[in-house]
Amino acid sequence: MSVSFALLGLLENGPRHGYDLKRTYDDTFGRDRSLHYGQVYSTMARLLKNGHVEVESEPGDGPDRKRYAITDAGITDVAEWIARPEKPELYLQSTLYTKVVLALLTGRDAAEVLDSQRAEHLRLMRELTRRKSAGDLADELICDHALFHLEADLRWLELTAARLDRLAAQVKP
Amino acid sequence: MTDQALLSAEDLHLSFGETKALDGASLHVRAGEVVALMGPSGSGKSTLLHCLAGILSPESGRVAYAGRDLTAMSDSERSGLRRGEFGFVFQFGQLVPELTCLENVALPLRLSGTSRRAAHRIAGEWLDRLEVGDVAGKRPGQASGGQGQRVAVARALVAKPRVVFADEPTGALDSLNGELVMKLFIAAAKETGAAVVLVTHEARVAAWSDREAVVRDGKVREQEYAR
Ligand SMILES: Nc1ncnc2c1ncn2[C@@H]1O[C@H](COP(=O)(O)OP(=O)(O)OP(=O)(O)O)[C@@H](O)[C@H]1O
Ligand SMILES: [Mg+2]
Repeated sequence: MSVSFALLGLLENGPRHGYDLKRTYDDTFGRDRSLHYGQVYSTMARLLKNGHVEVESEPGDGPDRKRYAITDAGITDVAEWIARPEKPELYLQSTLYTKVVLALLTGRDAAEVLDSQRAEHLRLMRELTRRKSAGDLADELICDHALFHLEADLRWLELTAARLDRLAAQVKP
Repeated sequence: MTDQALLSAEDLHLSFGETKALDGASLHVRAGEVVALMGPSGSGKSTLLHCLAGILSPESGRVAYAGRDLTAMSDSERSGLRRGEFGFVFQFGQLVPELTCLENVALPLRLSGTSRRAAHRIAGEWLDRLEVGDVAGKRPGQASGGQGQRVAVARALVAKPRVVFADEPTGALDSLNGELVMKLFIAAAKETGAAVVLVTHEARVAAWSDREAVVRDGKVREQEYAR
């Protein structure tokens, strides 16, 4: 979803060949996982069909002779996507909630579930903190985004730990 | 593993009236490691920190630093230890308001007999390292909160303590400033080899530690020594 918009947006600065587009994407967004060529070409094929890109062919043949250019409709689409706020994700029915309730229902140690989750969260937060202090500003921003989200989860874990007795009273038959 | 600890608390108990602030708390800190103390408000984190630092004495239990029993020392021995081996960073208010930031940082060195000139030179280097060289001549009241905390970190580390105790060192700062303080604090502590006992309720701050220990109802749940 956002890969397709990202590829489309990268074309706004000028037409590109597929391989060039992939490389630019990887450099800009692909920190943890780079794109497969196949994904680039299938996305371009779809965008071509929707009229969001068009092809400028060069003499010769093979897929890499094609240069993709964004159309006006494509630019409008990117603009709309960037302007549209993302729906905040709700975690109410998260796996963790299910685990905690299930632990309470089956007489297992729900506090332990929360504690080991907290340790796991902190382990990842530590790793991200290390990564960002060794990296550049882009690394820092990306790691911080993840860190704030993990922190929010952790707060939930803490609050839930503090309310475990009440939750137990409510869910037990 | 306990024998490797530079600083340890074993089975501490301490009550304030009816409140059992510590109820069998144990913690082990190795040389050079950063341990975060987390846990709900009122769980006993600050009380434990004060016992570890010899500021408070537990009713029972034992606090040992480098093989010496803190609880068995005289008051003057304990304060000598605090001055010579420990450093402190608190949430606010620990700088002397009448002195300049440079003089504040130089103070621990002056107290241990360093000449004024040498102390000021070293203090200046520490302010630069914490990226607050420009507030050297200002009073703490004229520095921003974030600058003040970095001055406090410089003061805590200037005399090369083996343990730094920090109680919510970023508690009064916004994320960006808190971040900067932690980054410079931990880098400097690692460089000088100081261990850090860091009380915080913020996970992002605790993420700068090597491991965490969770305090609940006066007891500590210590994450296994891991490296
Ligand atoms: N000097 C004191 N006199 C009376 N009660 C005290 C004193 N110091 C601490 N307490 C009580 O002991 C308990 C533990 O306090 P402590 O300050 O160690 O908690 P904390 O974990 O640091 O909390 P916070 O996160 O809010 O700083 C609390 O119930 C507190 O009210
Ligand atoms: Mg406290």
